[in-house]
Amino acid sequence: MLEIKHLSVTVRDESGTANILKDVSLTVEDRKFLVITGPNGGGKTTLARAIMGLVPATSGSILWNGTELADKTVTERARLGVSYGFQQPPRFKGMKVQDLLRIAAGRSLSHDEACSYLTKVGLCARDYMDRDVDTSLSGGEVKRIEIATILARNCPLMIFDEPEAGIDLWSFARLTETFSEIHERKDATILIISHQERILRLADEIVLVADGQIQDRGPAERIYPKILADTVAGCNLLEVDKKC
Amino acid sequence: MLNDIQKHILEVVAGMKDGQAEGAVNIRSDGKKAFRSNSAHITIESKTDKDGIDVRVEPFTKGEQVHIPVVLTEGGFQDKVYNDFFIGEGADVTIVAGCGIHNCSSCDSEHDGIHTFYVGKNARVVYTETHYGEGEGGGKRILNPETVFYLEEGAHVTLETTQIKGVDDTKRYTKAVVGKNAEIIVQEKLLTHGSQYAESEMDVILDGEGSRTRVISRSVAQDDSEQVFYPRVQGNAPCFGHVSCDSIIMGSSKVRSIPEIACNHVDASLIHEAAIGKIAGDQLLKLMTLGLTAEEAEEKILEGFLR
Repeated sequence: MLEIKHLSVTVRDESGTANILKDVSLTVEDRKFLVITGPNGGGKTTLARAIMGLVPATSGSILWNGTELADKTVTERARLGVSYGFQQPPRFKGMKVQDLLRIAAGRSLSHDEACSYLTKVGLCARDYMDRDVDTSLSGGEVKRIEIATILARNCPLMIFDEPEAGIDLWSFARLTETFSEIHERKDATILIISHQERILRLADEIVLVADGQIQDRGPAERIYPKILADTVAGCNLLEVDKKC
Repeated sequence: MLNDIQKHILEVVAGMKDGQAEGAVNIRSDGKKAFRSNSAHITIESKTDKDGIDVRVEPFTKGEQVHIPVVLTEGGFQDKVYNDFFIGEGADVTIVAGCGIHNCSSCDSEHDGIHTFYVGKNARVVYTETHYGEGEGGGKRILNPETVFYLEEGAHVTLETTQIKGVDDTKRYTKAVVGKNAEIIVQEKLLTHGSQYAESEMDVILDGEGSRTRVISRSVAQDDSEQVFYPRVQGNAPCFGHVSCDSIIMGSSKVRSIPEIACNHVDASLIHEAAIGKIAGDQLLKLMTLGLTAEEAEEKILEGFLR
C-alpha cells in the first residue's frame, strides 16, 4: 500500500519560493489503477517525482508497504519496488535499447523476453533492439522505450508520467491495451499521470490535482464528467476584461 | 615462448587468445621479433634500412587477417618502429595492431609506432589499434603512434583507435589523404585517468572528387587527466566530411578541442560538431530509478559511451 501523508514540496529559486505541493495526502491500495490528472503546472509530475525520490520532500511522509521512503535514496526506493517512467526520458550515446532493458530487468534477458517488452509498447523488436537510445530516435520512440523499461522492471509500483505524450494514435492504442492487461493481471499498483480519455476510462479511480493539492478523487464515471464541465476554453482574462 | 604478462597484453590489445591469431602475424616484444607467420596472400618482411616491417597484401585478397601487436615489458625500454602496409587493389582485409606496455620499473617505457598505409584502388581495410598500459612501477608508459593513410580511388578505410587504460602520456597523429570516391571512417575512443595526458592530432585531406570522411571521437577524462584534440579536415574537391567530437569530463580533468574544417573547393561540404561536458544528471537519475547506484550508473554510461 502507498500512503502519502501531508506531503509538501517547496522550491526556492531566484524569483522566490514556490509551494509546488501543499500538504498532499493520498492512500492507494495495492493493485489499484489510479490516474492523476489536472491542469499543467498543478503539481502532478512533482508528486510522482517525489514518490520516486527525484524531488526532495520538504515535509511529510511517503510510506510504501509501511516503509518510509522520504529519507531513502532513488536507488533504495527503486530496490524497494518503486518504478517511474520519465515524462521526458534522457537519451544515452552508445547505450543500446537491449542494454537499457537488461539494466531495467536487473538480469540478463532472453531475446524473446526483451522482444515482448518492445512489442507491448508497439515497437517492432527486430528494428530496435540494437539501436542506440540517442538522438537518432524520435521523441515518441524514446518514450515508448522508456515505458518498455518500466515493464521490464516489473515492479509492484509503476508510475508513468504522461505516457501518451508524443506517441502516435496507433501505438497509443497498443499502449492502453498493455496498461489494461497489467491491471487485469493484478500484478502491480499503477499510477498514471494522464490527460487522455482512454486512459482515464481504464482507471479504478481518478485523482484531480490542481494548485498543488488534491481537489477531488473518485471513480472515473463521477470525476470525468466533472473535469469536462470545469474545463474553460481560452483565456479567462481576455474573456472577462477584454484585455490580456 | 611468450610469458603470461605478454599473453595477457596480447589479449587486451589484439584480442589474441594465448598469443595466437589467425592469418599473418607479427609479434614484436621489447624491440625484437618474437613471432612471425605469413598467410596465403599476405607476407610480412623485416625492413632492411630501419626498424620495422613491410606488410604486403596481394590484390583481391579476401577474408585474411593481419595481427601485428607490440609488447613492452622491459622497464625503461624506448622503442621506435616503422611499419608500412601495401594493400593491393580490390583486397578486403582486417588489420589488428596494438601496443601494450607493462612497466614495473621506475624508468619510462616508450613505444612510437609509425604506420603508413598505401591502400590500393577499391581496396577495403579495417584497421584496429588499441593502446594499453599496466604495471606498478613509477616509470611512465608512453605511446606516440603516428598513422598515415593514402587512399586510392574507391578505397575504403575504417580506423578504430582506442586507448582505454594505463597510458600515461600519448601524442598521437593521424593523417589521411583521400582520393577519388574513397572514404575513411575514423572512430577514436580515449579514456584518461590519474594525471595522464593525451593529445590527438588529426589531418584528413579530402583530395579526390567524391571523397568522404566521418570522424567520430569519444573521450572520457577522469581525475586530473588532460586531453587535447586537434581534428582537422580539409576539402580540396567536391567532397563530404563530418567530424563529431564528444567528451565527458569528470573530477578535475581538462579537455580542449581545437577543430578546423577548411573548404578549398566550392562543392566541399564539411561539418564539425563538438561537445564537452559532464555526465547529464538526468541520465544518472534515470539509471538510478532502474535500481543502479550512482557509481554503477556512471560506469554503465561510460561503458556505452566508449563502446
